Amino acid sequence: MSNVELTSADLTSARPATSVAGAESPGSVRANLRFFSNELRITFFRRRNQLLLLVAALFPLLIGIGLKAAAPHGGGGNGPGSGSAAFFNQLAGNGVFLTFIALSLLLILVLPVVVAVVAGDSIAGEAGYGTLRYLLAVPAGRTRLLIVKYATIVVWCTAAVFIVAAVALVVGAALFPVGPVTLLSGDTVSLGAGLVRVLLVTLYICAAMAAIGAIGLAISTFTEHSIGAIAALMILIVTSEVVDTIPQFAVVAPYLPTHWWNSFDALLRTPVDTTTLWHGLLSFAVYAVLFFLIAWARFTSSDVTS
Amino acid sequence: MIETAHNGPELAIASSGLTKRFRGGQLAVDQVDLAVPRGSVYGFLGPNGSGKTTTIRMLLGLAYPTSGSAQVLGVPMPQGAVQVLSRVGSLVEGPAFYPYLSGWDNLARYDAADRSVSARTARARIDAALDRVGLAAAAKKKFRNYSLGMKQRLAIAAALMVERDLIVLDEPTNGLDPQGTREVRTLIRQIAAEGITVFVSSHLLAEVEQVSTHVGVMRAGKLVFQGELGALRRTAAPRIAVRTPDLTAAAEVMKKLGLADPVAGDDTITAELGDVQPESVTAELVHAGIAVRALTVESPSLEDLFVGLTGEGFDVER
Repeated sequence: MSNVELTSADLTSARPATSVAGAESPGSVRANLRFFSNELRITFFRRRNQLLLLVAALFPLLIGIGLKAAAPHGGGGNGPGSGSAAFFNQLAGNGVFLTFIALSLLLILVLPVVVAVVAGDSIAGEAGYGTLRYLLAVPAGRTRLLIVKYATIVVWCTAAVFIVAAVALVVGAALFPVGPVTLLSGDTVSLGAGLVRVLLVTLYICAAMAAIGAIGLAISTFTEHSIGAIAALMILIVTSEVVDTIPQFAVVAPYLPTHWWNSFDALLRTPVDTTTLWHGLLSFAVYAVLFFLIAWARFTSSDVTS
Repeated sequence: MIETAHNGPELAIASSGLTKRFRGGQLAVDQVDLAVPRGSVYGFLGPNGSGKTTTIRMLLGLAYPTSGSAQVLGVPMPQGAVQVLSRVGSLVEGPAFYPYLSGWDNLARYDAADRSVSARTARARIDAALDRVGLAAAAKKKFRNYSLGMKQRLAIAAALMVERDLIVLDEPTNGLDPQGTREVRTLIRQIAAEGITVFVSSHLLAEVEQVSTHVGVMRAGKLVFQGELGALRRTAAPRIAVRTPDLTAAAEVMKKLGLADPVAGDDTITAELGDVQPESVTAELVHAGIAVRALTVESPSLEDLFVGLTGEGFDVER
């Protein structure tokens, strides 16, 4: 049958002049960017998401004020809690440490929630509204839609982590003395070098969040209820965090998605323990790729029934 | 075949043996062979749950067939979805938009997802589409504040935003008031007048019979009729009804005349008229000395035919 043998070139030439000819080749980069920027706009202009970022931004402010009020005298010996407690002792000496404190505290629950809401909503939300069938009928293309969704999640994670870091930095500088940074290992580096480490820590946490964003995207392709996807991702993260603290499970711990999150403190010592950092980044990359592929396999093979 | 290459295939939609079995084992669409000619207005009829929407979902590449194949504008689906769907406008199972965006932003959203159109012409296209369905004044209003009719019209605007070769409308008048229903009908006529093929599904025959040139009728997942609307009308065999006290004698006369399918009631007997003229039936009856109290020729309405094809409803068949 001749109509089956129509090449895409034939179809393009048969198209009315108003639609852009050769849409597949050079213009497609621009078209993809247009779709991506529209997705970003919708994500960042959505009131719910803006509130989420606002709440996340308030935490470093509250933590800063709270710590200032609790530790009025310089260099107090007993910091609150254990684990990352080393940061607290440093804070009184240098406001830059508020960034590390805020990030490590928010990493437990607040940042994962901020990521989970957008990641879990990504496909499930569209399915719930019914807009998914119209996007696919446009046609947005299933793989293309998934890539745009994940790219938006990565930008979202980056924005959330950087907002927390930036607010913490400003609040820290306002409430505590700022100067050359004394690292956890006892060495002192210049303020500039200290800020570079702040940046590296922030980027490391962005990578950690982007990895759980991929898990959220994958879960999101399995349901029409974004709340379900968001809750499932949060349960997964909390479970992973709990299992990570149980000594009997030490064998599986390195494979947990949350295990390497706090390894960023390697950046606060000299020499920097790069092996740990690379392990962490490798873990994040494996999780991101694996779960993006799961999302892709599911999304491109299943019926859209919403 | 240069002509084919330029005008595309003769059929806007063609399917053969299209079948969809849901995971639960339910056969939603069963061996459907659609043939929707280019330029036609094809009314896709059937009661709720007869498989219309599932068929449409397969045609649009949203659902994958269990077996069989479908072609839209000559391109196999679902493999060709990305290639062909930008020439197909659709409204599937009611409007769906982002409640927190305005009508304008909603159209811009779908437009941005389309890689076959240019961003430069987006503004003009969106304005024109909103204008066409009479929503220009409500463009900046949030979608969640739209009335049902406005939502439906916005969905039609989205389907018309880009130049199309085929428009698929699934129950476009669902939930609309009589004026809205009429507006949709007018719109379908306008679209068809531009040479665009329209595939419109409905569970109400009355809704599409005024605008469609072709109809397909679904029942329990099967396509039980397909053809021109006139062909459906011609399947309506006129029947003669005779009211008489002498039912047995009248039946004999009818049998002698060769009338098929005689059905006797309390005081009336009916039979298919076939090629026999009603006046000769009258003459024969009177000649045989039968008391004829009334004699009428009844052509079943399209509605009766439709119900005959699809069943009376209320009885869930599967």
